[in-house]
Amino acid sequence: MKRIELKESEYIVAPAKILEARMMTAQEKYFKITLEGGTSLDHEPGQFVMVSLLGIGEAPISISSSPTKRSYFELVVRNVGKVTNALHKMEAGDSLGIRGPFGRGFPVQILEGNDLLFVAGGLGVVPLRSLINFVIDNRRDFGKVHILLGCKKPADLLFANEIKEWGKRLDVNFNCTVDKADPDWKGNIGLITSLIPGVNLNPKRTFAVVVGPPIMYKFVLIEILKKEIPQKQIYVSLERHMKCGVGKCGHCQIAQYYCCKDGPVFSYDQIKGNVEAL
Amino acid sequence: MQRFAILPKKDLDVFISALAQSQKVVAPVARGFDNFSFAEVSSGGEIALKYIPTILPPKKYFLPIQETITSYNKRENALNAILEYEKMVIFGVHTCDLAGIQCLNMVFADKPKDINYIIRKNKIAIIGLECNDYCDEYASCHVVGNHLPNGGYDLFFTDLGDVFIVHINTMLGDELVNKTAVFKPADAKTLKALESLRQMKHSIFKDEVNVKHEELKLLFDRSLNSKVWEDLNKRCVACGNCTNVCPTCYCFDIIDEPNLDLNTGVRYRRWDSCQNEPFAKVAGNENFRKERSQRQRHRYMRKFKYPVDKYSRYFCTGCGRCSRTCMASIKLKETINDLAKETK
Repeated sequence: MKRIELKESEYIVAPAKILEARMMTAQEKYFKITLEGGTSLDHEPGQFVMVSLLGIGEAPISISSSPTKRSYFELVVRNVGKVTNALHKMEAGDSLGIRGPFGRGFPVQILEGNDLLFVAGGLGVVPLRSLINFVIDNRRDFGKVHILLGCKKPADLLFANEIKEWGKRLDVNFNCTVDKADPDWKGNIGLITSLIPGVNLNPKRTFAVVVGPPIMYKFVLIEILKKEIPQKQIYVSLERHMKCGVGKCGHCQIAQYYCCKDGPVFSYDQIKGNVEAL
Repeated sequence: MQRFAILPKKDLDVFISALAQSQKVVAPVARGFDNFSFAEVSSGGEIALKYIPTILPPKKYFLPIQETITSYNKRENALNAILEYEKMVIFGVHTCDLAGIQCLNMVFADKPKDINYIIRKNKIAIIGLECNDYCDEYASCHVVGNHLPNGGYDLFFTDLGDVFIVHINTMLGDELVNKTAVFKPADAKTLKALESLRQMKHSIFKDEVNVKHEELKLLFDRSLNSKVWEDLNKRCVACGNCTNVCPTCYCFDIIDEPNLDLNTGVRYRRWDSCQNEPFAKVAGNENFRKERSQRQRHRYMRKFKYPVDKYSRYFCTGCGRCSRTCMASIKLKETINDLAKETK
C-alpha cells in the first residue's frame, strides 16, 4: 500500500481564526471567524460550511452573515454533539478549519425585484439572517419585505439587538412571537403559524422563504399555501447531517437529491413530492 | 475491430504467476462451503474459476472499508490530504461486479470529483470472467441487463472448455497479454464457439422477476407507499449486511482518530450503512428514516429509482448478495414480485 500526499482534495480545510466568540443564549454560541490570509469566504446567503476541529471531527454549520460582510463570516452553533461541544469551549484567538462554502443558497437573482415573506422558527433565523441582512444591505433591489420570527421563549431569541433594529425599520414589516412568554415579554404569544394569516401580501409577486426545525415546515407551509403564493415561489432550507459536503457520503440524501449539493435550499415545488423530505 | 486472443486453460497459471511477479494480483478464492472472497494470489491454482459472488464485491479495492483521507498535526494546526493506493490486477470479475464498478465510477467522477477514488481506480487493471450459467437462485442479472459483458474491463475471459477466449478491450489489457507468450491469436473456430455460447445464454438467462427491465423503475415510482415496506419493517433486523455486501453501496462516515500522542492523527472515511438507525438523524434527534421500513425502502429506491433519475441506470447489478447474506431472509426477487403483485 502506497501513501502519498495530495495537493488537491475535497477534504483539505482552510485555516481560520475566531475573532469573537460569545454565548448568545444558554445553548447557542456566536462566532465571528476570518480565514487566514484575509481571503473572503465568498459565500451565497443560505450556504453552509464544514467546521473542522483536528482530532474531533467536522460538523455542517449554516453561515449566518450576509456575503456583503467580506472580511469575516458569522456562525451560531447550538451545543448538541461532539464537534459543537468542543466548539463551545473555543474562544477568540483560537484556530479551526473550514471547508466550503457548500450547497445551493437562496436564489437571490430570482428574488430580486419581488416582495419577500421571511418565516423563521427557532434556529432557522441563523441561516435566514444571511439573506435578510443581504436584502437589507441591498434594500432598493427588493419590493416589500415581511419578516416573521418565532421561538419557544423570549430567552431563546437569537440576535435580539439586531432583530430589534429590523423591527424599527420603516421599510420592513416585522413581527415576532414566542410559544411561551415570561412577564417581561410584550410581543405576541403563540405559534409562528398564527402570524401568517395577518400578513397583507400580493401572492403573485411575493416569494416566501421558510427556515425552521423539521416539525415547523408542515404547518407553516399550510398557512403559506392558504395565502395562494405559488409553489414555485416558496423556498425552504432543509436540515440534514452532512458528513462529506460534496454529494457522496449519502447521509443527507433526500430522494434523488443530496441536500449538501442540490440544497440545502429547495423550492417547495421541487421537493414536495419526495418522501422523507419535509 | 474487436480484438480477441486465446489462452489455453493449462497456461492460466503461467499468466497469473507472471503477473504476480510484477504486481499484486487478486482473484476469487474458496473460503469454505459456498463462500468465496477476492484475495491476493500468486498462482493460477489458488483461483476459484467457478464461484458464486464473493462475500464482499471488488468495491473493497476501489473504496476501501476504511481509508485515510487526511492526516493532521494539532500543534502546527496542519492538515494534509492523503491518498492510499495500490497497483493491482483484479482477475475473475463477473459481469455483475463489472457493472458495480461502472456505477461507482459514475458516482465518484460526478462533480466534484473524488480524487482519491479516481487515482486509485486508475492503478487497478480489471480482468473480467464470463458466467456461462447462473451462479445460484439469488441472482437476478438478466432483468438488470448484466448477464452479458458491457465493458468496464481491460481483458475479459470466457471459459470455452480447454481454452479461454480473451477480449482485449484496452491498451492496458494489451500490455498484460504481452507479458507472457502463452496467448495466441483467436481463430475463427474459437470465435464461433464464443458466439454460440452467447446464443445459448439467451435461452439460459431469463427475467428473474415478474417485471420487465424497462418497467422496474415505474414499479418503484408507484411503490413509495406500498405495504410491502411494512412487511420488511417486521422482518429487517437493521444489521446493515445488505449494504456492506452491495457492489454499488458507497455511503461512508468520516471519523477523526488521534494518535496516542494526542497531537497527531488521521481523519478517515469508513463504510456506513443507511440501514443503521442513526444514519439520517440530525441535531435535535429528528430522524428522517426512523423506521426500518423507511430504511429498507430507501435502500431499494437507491438501486431502482434515484440513480435512474440521476445517472440513467439501475444501481442493482443483480448479483444477489443482499439476499444471500440477509439474516431475515429478505430476498430482492421476492420484494420486487410482492411490489408488482400489489400494484398490478
